[in-house]
Amino acid sequence: MSEKATIIVHSGDLDKIYSALIIGNGALAMGMDVSLYFTFWGLLRLKKGGLNKGALSKMHMLGLGKLMINSRMKKANVASLERLMADFKELGGKIIACEMTMEIMGVKPSDLNEGIIDSYGAVGTYINEARSSAITLFI
Amino acid sequence: MAQIKVDVRGETCPVPLVEMRKALRKVDQGDIIEIIGTHPASKKEIPMAADALSVKIISDEQIGNEWKIVLQK
Repeated sequence: MSEKATIIVHSGDLDKIYSALIIGNGALAMGMDVSLYFTFWGLLRLKKGGLNKGALSKMHMLGLGKLMINSRMKKANVASLERLMADFKELGGKIIACEMTMEIMGVKPSDLNEGIIDSYGAVGTYINEARSSAITLFI
Repeated sequence: MAQIKVDVRGETCPVPLVEMRKALRKVDQGDIIEIIGTHPASKKEIPMAADALSVKIISDEQIGNEWKIVLQK
């Protein structure tokens, strides 16, 4: 059995979604199994068309920071979140949506990008995977 | 035995690693993968990933600002 990385994506901030997907893709590329648990503000990024909707965690400046970072990232040829997500799925990464967050925020499965979600779970699912993971992160 | 080429010149983290992994998943045991790129960290990290995946590194060279790494699955 290969080693596992289990990452909680609690933040919905644009820069942190990048971090989660870059780390997830890196771990998959290096032969690990990876699960990303989207909860709280992170879960909102799984809504249809929501992946890019996050603000920056710093330097937000009413959206100006995001424009700046987006143009800098384009210049540096950084992959888009859509591409990172597509690669993550192609390499066998798992996406888990937190059911409790869905309840709290009134999010229905049909509001989410269901095509990329492998399962719906709660804390037990996370602990069960995390206890046998070599890497676990909270982003 | 097949040989495939992966061109990730101009791509940055994590794309070179990801494209290497995609290529490895597609080829058969014994096949050769030639990866060319420019992202400096990936030149170090692709061999690290190859070791982690028990993939053989046939060659690893730098030509100007480009590098070429050849792997065998």
